[in-house]
Formats: sequence, C-alpha cells, structure tokens
Amino acid sequence: MNLSVTWAEAWIRQCVDVIADHRVELITLDRDIGDGDHGENMDRGFQAVLGKLDTLPAESVPGDVLKLVATTLISTVGGAAGPLYGTAFLKAAVAVAGKPDLDGAAVVALLTAARDGIVLRGKAESGDKTMVDAWTPAVDAAAAAERAGATPVAILVEAADAAEAGAVATEPLVARKGRASYLGERAIGHRDPGAQSSALLLRAAAETAERVADE
Amino acid sequence: MKKLVNDPKNVVDEAVAGFAAAHGDIVRVSSDPTFIVRADAPVTGKVGLVSGGGSGHEPMHGGFVGVGMLDAAVPGAVFTSPTPDPILAATQAVNGGAGVLHIVKNYTGDVLNFETAADLALADGIEVRTVIVNDDVAVKDSLYTAGRRGVAGTVLVEKIAGAAAERGDDLAAVAAVAEKVIGQVRTMGVALTPCVVPHAGEPSFTLAEDEIEIGIGIHGEPGRERIKLEPADAIVDRLLGPILEDIPFVSGDSVLLLVNGMGGTPQIELYIVFRRAAEVLAAKGITVTRTLVGNFTTSLEMQGMSITVLKLDDELTALWDAPVQTAALRWGR
Repeated sequence: MNLSVTWAEAWIRQCVDVIADHRVELITLDRDIGDGDHGENMDRGFQAVLGKLDTLPAESVPGDVLKLVATTLISTVGGAAGPLYGTAFLKAAVAVAGKPDLDGAAVVALLTAARDGIVLRGKAESGDKTMVDAWTPAVDAAAAAERAGATPVAILVEAADAAEAGAVATEPLVARKGRASYLGERAIGHRDPGAQSSALLLRAAAETAERVADE
Repeated sequence: MKKLVNDPKNVVDEAVAGFAAAHGDIVRVSSDPTFIVRADAPVTGKVGLVSGGGSGHEPMHGGFVGVGMLDAAVPGAVFTSPTPDPILAATQAVNGGAGVLHIVKNYTGDVLNFETAADLALADGIEVRTVIVNDDVAVKDSLYTAGRRGVAGTVLVEKIAGAAAERGDDLAAVAAVAEKVIGQVRTMGVALTPCVVPHAGEPSFTLAEDEIEIGIGIHGEPGRERIKLEPADAIVDRLLGPILEDIPFVSGDSVLLLVNGMGGTPQIELYIVFRRAAEVLAAKGITVTRTLVGNFTTSLEMQGMSITVLKLDDELTALWDAPVQTAALRWGR
C-alpha cells in the first residue's frame, strides 16, 4: 500500500510527540559531548510545526507537509540542527513534490534526498559521528529493501532499524564535525545526539506507516 | 543553582528588552524577530556590519552595536545560533545601499544559519560578504574537527572593521580589513568552573574542585586538556605559549593584548593575568601598545578567562583608536 498525505501528517504529528518525550534525553546526550541545547531546540521547532499543520490546505500532498516542516524548522530551531533538518526536509519535499502517494521507490527517493541535503549543508561524511551516521545506513537499508520488492511500510521499518543501529554505532567514534569534535578522544563512549534524534524521527515514520496501513 | 531569572524561556527576550531600555540613545530593538540595530540604522552609503550568535556571551554582540562598530546584532537562544529569519531581517534593516558584512564566529550552527541568511539576502538584492572568525589556537586543525572556533578575538574584528566602515570604506575594503585582523589575532582560554544554561538548569559539563579545562571555547567546550589547578602565572604561560608560537609573534612586534573574563572571574584576577601576560610579552621583545581588560566575550557565570593577542600596524592601530560608541566600548566621542 502506498503512503498518502495521511501518513505524512501522522508522521510529523508523531515526531512532535516523540521529540517532546525525548527532550531531556537529547539534552543530556548533547550536554555530554556538545552544548546541551539539542532537545530544547528540536522541541521548540516541532512545537512550532504542530501549530502550522492545521494551516495545510485540504488538497495537500506528502511533499507539501515536508516543505512546511522544512521552512518551520529553519525558522525556529537554530543551532546546527535547524539548517540541517530544514535542508533535509526541504530536499525530501522536492524529491516527492506533487506525488499524491508514495510507492517504495518514492520513499527511497525521499530518504535519499533528505540524507543528501544533510551532507550538502553539513559536509559531514560517514564515521564523523553526526546524524549522517544514522541517515546513511537508513538510506542503504531502504534501497536494499526496495530492490528486494518490500512495501513502503517495510522499507521504512528497515530504515528505522538501520538508523537506530547507526545511532548506537556512533558511540565508539571520535567526532570530526560539530561541537563534539573539540573533545577528541573524550567523545568516545557517547552517542551523537543528532544521530539519536534522526533515529527517533525515522522510527516515527515507520510506526505511523504501520498504523496507517492497518487502518 | 541560583539565577536572577523569571521564566527561563523568556531569558533572552527580557534581557534584550532591558538592554533596549538602558541604551535607547545607542540602539533600537526589534522584538519579532529579535535583533538589535544602532539607533540611526540604516546609514545611507555605509557598509552595514551584522554579527550574532547564541546569547550568554554578553556584552557580545549587542553591547558592540553603535557608531564605529556593529550596525546590528542578532541574539539567538542561550548558546544557540539565531535562525536565518532574524539574521535576514537585521541585514535588511542595516542595508544602507553599500552592502552588508556578516561577521560570524566559526561554530557550525552560526556558520550554517548565517550562510542560509546570506543566500536569502542575496536573493533580495542585498550584497553580502561574510567573514568567519577563527582565532582560537586551542584547536589544532580542521581535518579532524569543525575547525578553530571564533572566540574573544571577534571583539577586535568587530571594532576594527566597524571603524573601517565608519570612515567610508566599501564592502570589499571592510571585508579585507576584517580578514586582516582575523589573520593576525589569536586567542586561548581556560575554564575554572562550568556554567549553567538557564533552561537546562544543570552545568553543561563538570570539573572537579581542583580541575581546570585548558583551551575552552566560549561555552566551556574543551579544546586541549584537563589539568589540575595551577597558580595564575603558570596558567597564563600555558595559554600564551601556543598563541605566540602560532603566527608566530616575534621580537619587535607591536600588539594589542586583551584579557577577557568569562563572566564569573573578578577583575582583580584578570589584572593578575594581565600582569603576567605583559611580562612574558616584554621578555620576548613584543611591545604591548594597546590593551583591553574586562568581560567582553563571556560564558554566562563561568569562571575563567581568555588571552587574545593581535599584531598591530599603523592602520589597525588607527582603526582601533577611532571613535566608538556602544554599550560596552566607548571612546573618542
């Protein structure tokens, strides 16, 4: 079953809840190796998104939802995460622009464009201990699932699993980008907060897709 | 942790409102989006200077808005870069037709948000140049990190580039003066205690009673090493060594020496630091011709300080001496 605007909106509403629920966790992770503002900034951004979702026109498609998220996050999050997530959602919106519903290939295109946007803005590579370390495994897993003929829902589940594993896998890394890079070896043993928030957002995508498919 | 705040969410808005009330002769404040501009902005025909970044570093940057320095400052949430919207609005507000210079400290969030704002301003037909300040020598290279950070040397960039804009230099010339300062200024800092971000309510890192962090950025984030507390002179030597080796500064140089408090260190200790730094420079045949001591680039209530050395020539000295009228720096008028 393809994913419609119902899923896109449900996904973003769940992002709002998940980020609020994990606000303190993200602050704590960021305090360990950054400046402790990631949870606060993401929560402020997604609360602003929540206020704007109701303004979406009735005939909106998934790309419109993603574009609204992009512009709102860019305007409200600040820090590095605002431009990075904003660019991710903007590129994802462009990748699926105009499509009323998303098949497996479109889901992979959405995820790939989001990851490419983060890389374009932040110039991080895999292994730099950033959100890229959650997104790239997610994109790879999604593409492999799509090639194997998986449904859009199953593709998102594979992506979420890979993103979570990728976030955990940032723990032994030394950071080469962002605030944590100044810690050198002392960043070892700490999970990257951006990778963790990315994993949370992708899990929300998978869970809402499963829920929408069941309805 | 005790703080003089109301709702932590309103810290920046209330501080900016108070700043506007206190310094209405120098600045005007926009509240939505939040930015601070000099009272007579935009100045027709003058290059506009915009800086900004997370709050918590006061008087940076709002305290440097006024005649002879910045045209606008854009405060973000505490320790969080402002978003592109207020940066764009401030850029528009100070555009006097001669273009706008963005002065950005090299922190990932600041760079990304200013970059986005500059793109939007260009789309609006405003010519924007950007300089990235990276005076912190504690971070060794950019291959394995986000690069050297912009710290207290930013104050000197803003003062000197501001003077160049005030005397009528065009955008390329003001940017060139700013780049010249960036090329010749070096800083290193130390933290004795952590600081507490109001909405977090807990220290952003921990230091044992007898530990200090050498090579901090302006949020207390580490750069070099954590060591046991030492006498002031030994700490000064640890900071000044890497600074002087870096350009390098050599015998015969004239310099500006800035000893900057991080917010929680009393002036009496800053002068103990200044005394030692001046001694070390004199012993190396380096002449301190201009000085600045005080809290200019802070980290909330953190105890600690940074030492900044800027190599001066006649042009930079004249621009430093030029009149300035801001909340935090004022001379010559």
